[in-house]
Amino acid sequence: MSKSRTIYDKIWDDHLVNTNDDGTSLIYIDRHLVHEVTSPQAFEGLRMTKRKVRCPEKTLAVVDHNVPTTDRKNGIEDEESRIQVEALEKNCKEFGVEYFNELDIRQGIVHVVGPEQGFTLPGTTIMCGDSHTSTHGAFGALAMGIGTSEVEHILATQTLIQRKAKNFRVNVGGTAPDGVTAKDIILSIIGEIGAGGGTGSVIEYTGKAISDLSMEGRMTVCNMSIEGGARAGLIGPDEKTFSYIKDRPRSPKGDDFDRAVDYWNALNSDKDAYFDRDVYLDAAALPPVVTWGTSPEDVVSINGEVPDPEGIDDEIRKETKKSALEYMDLKPGTKIKDIELDVIFIGSCTNGRIEDLREVAKVVEGHHVNENLNAMIVPGSGLVKEQAINEGLDKIFMAAGFEWREPGCSMCLAMNPDKLLPGQRCASTSNRNFEGRQGFRGRTHLVSPAMAAAAAIAGRFVDVRDFVK
Amino acid sequence: MEKFKNITAVAAPLPEVNVDTDKIIPKQYLKTIERTGLGKGLFSELRYNDDGTENEDFVLNKSQYRNAKILVAGDNFGCGSSREHAPWALLDYGIKVVISTSFADIFYNNCFKNGMLPIVLDETEVSLLMEETERGSNATLTVDLESQEITTSDGNKINFKIDKFLKHCLLNGLDDIALTLEKNSEIGSYEDKIKSQRPWV
Repeated sequence: MSKSRTIYDKIWDDHLVNTNDDGTSLIYIDRHLVHEVTSPQAFEGLRMTKRKVRCPEKTLAVVDHNVPTTDRKNGIEDEESRIQVEALEKNCKEFGVEYFNELDIRQGIVHVVGPEQGFTLPGTTIMCGDSHTSTHGAFGALAMGIGTSEVEHILATQTLIQRKAKNFRVNVGGTAPDGVTAKDIILSIIGEIGAGGGTGSVIEYTGKAISDLSMEGRMTVCNMSIEGGARAGLIGPDEKTFSYIKDRPRSPKGDDFDRAVDYWNALNSDKDAYFDRDVYLDAAALPPVVTWGTSPEDVVSINGEVPDPEGIDDEIRKETKKSALEYMDLKPGTKIKDIELDVIFIGSCTNGRIEDLREVAKVVEGHHVNENLNAMIVPGSGLVKEQAINEGLDKIFMAAGFEWREPGCSMCLAMNPDKLLPGQRCASTSNRNFEGRQGFRGRTHLVSPAMAAAAAIAGRFVDVRDFVK
Repeated sequence: MEKFKNITAVAAPLPEVNVDTDKIIPKQYLKTIERTGLGKGLFSELRYNDDGTENEDFVLNKSQYRNAKILVAGDNFGCGSSREHAPWALLDYGIKVVISTSFADIFYNNCFKNGMLPIVLDETEVSLLMEETERGSNATLTVDLESQEITTSDGNKINFKIDKFLKHCLLNGLDDIALTLEKNSEIGSYEDKIKSQRPWV
């Protein structure tokens, strides 16, 4: 195969088990992550057809969506949540899958746990019944969210039936100014391409602003690929990737590691590889951003104002955006900095990692959360929590008046008791501002951890760059 | 999986872009460990008032659309979460076909695993069908998968494209896993190859 290829082409080629004449392919899945919400029906399917899990050792399960973030020693109060968690534990035992329960220090959000354990490796195919599986693409892995039927398909066969997607390159050049983070970069990309812009494609993020990012920042970018419609986002692996992976519990050791690095280095897209689509953004020109509506594409600068949908040509789109404004209780022309908040949520698979917590601590140290709002910090995993405590970040958070919780998905999707009340307005470091996402009739504005931290102190949106000065 | 051949039914309009899976089936319904019974939660935050009564303004609560089995929606339908509960809820309610200018990839895929047919048409065609649905129960659409054709009650015909393999599976109600297990030995040889080429995986 001498033709120039993208990293996606290379991973695809190396995982082909078989291709039919019509282009439908069977691809091998190296890693399968499982959580409690999208797996019970898949395990039930295996039981009904008397099938086994083909490769239990390539499967890792963790509980995250339903767990309370307060003390868990006495179990889960909500009956339905408890049943779902117990079902996962029982299924893992029956089918021989390794499982991290809610009291295990390694427990956390599935997309924080995978990389932390060295389960996530470059050049692998990683699937999970969760759309934010795209996160793992930060390591140069082909990682995609799937439905429950496909979860069952992988459990039974360790493969998936797929057609190849298109190659879409998003090149982010320049140097991001201080205060402009990975979250601002990815939200700006989604604002540019739209919530359906990446449909049918795998996005590869390239450019100086992307390689400048830490692994945590790259995970934030890839995590939200799905918010731009792409099932997967990828970043070519480099020295930062390798040093993050080295010495993790499940990463390759010794000679295996050196051999793996050679293979991983060769994965990067060839210079003249073909991309079906190219988009360029200049990081130097980006401001910190805030979402104003009910789609992650509704992005505006912190120094901007709520836009007027009247200018939109397409009738259906115009009406959708008008109803989003009504839901958000906002009027066109309102300055973003005049929007007052009730709740601050810091956490999620987008921004619940150690670097995110450090960013927050930097902003809030020596300040206090505004008296008109509630602010909570939910670490992405037990190990993130432990690291934060070792660095003394927990003391900074608590002194500033934040609630410091146990790890899980929490208010990102509010399946556990952490919910917005109807009408409450939240600055959130999570990934979706959909209607009702964080609680029935709750209103969500997506921001970076630093922007959420500054808003927690001010009680309204502020430009974190002015705030830190 | 149940076969899908054709359907003649009332179509309901949902003229909105980016209808996300949280809207189709809010998270409180995801706590089930079953595939069935999700119809009651379909669009629940739009369908019901705060006191649990039906919201008369919501399209599926209007008498002419109560028996709708087809939805005509705006761009990027089914975006957001991978929850297969979204197609399960639509199907449990009775909706078997969704027509839009585009679908989110995971939702699109999930439909085919459940005997549902998502149809992509161009903007003009979707607008035409959207107008057609305004006529409520006086206007039914016929969707025929074999001929890849939609027929309106006035006899207008619109053709649609569909992947050959997906069409074949839907027409015959095939079980993906059983199909893949027929390739068991190929999967085995792939695994042997990887053990020597990439032992760290």
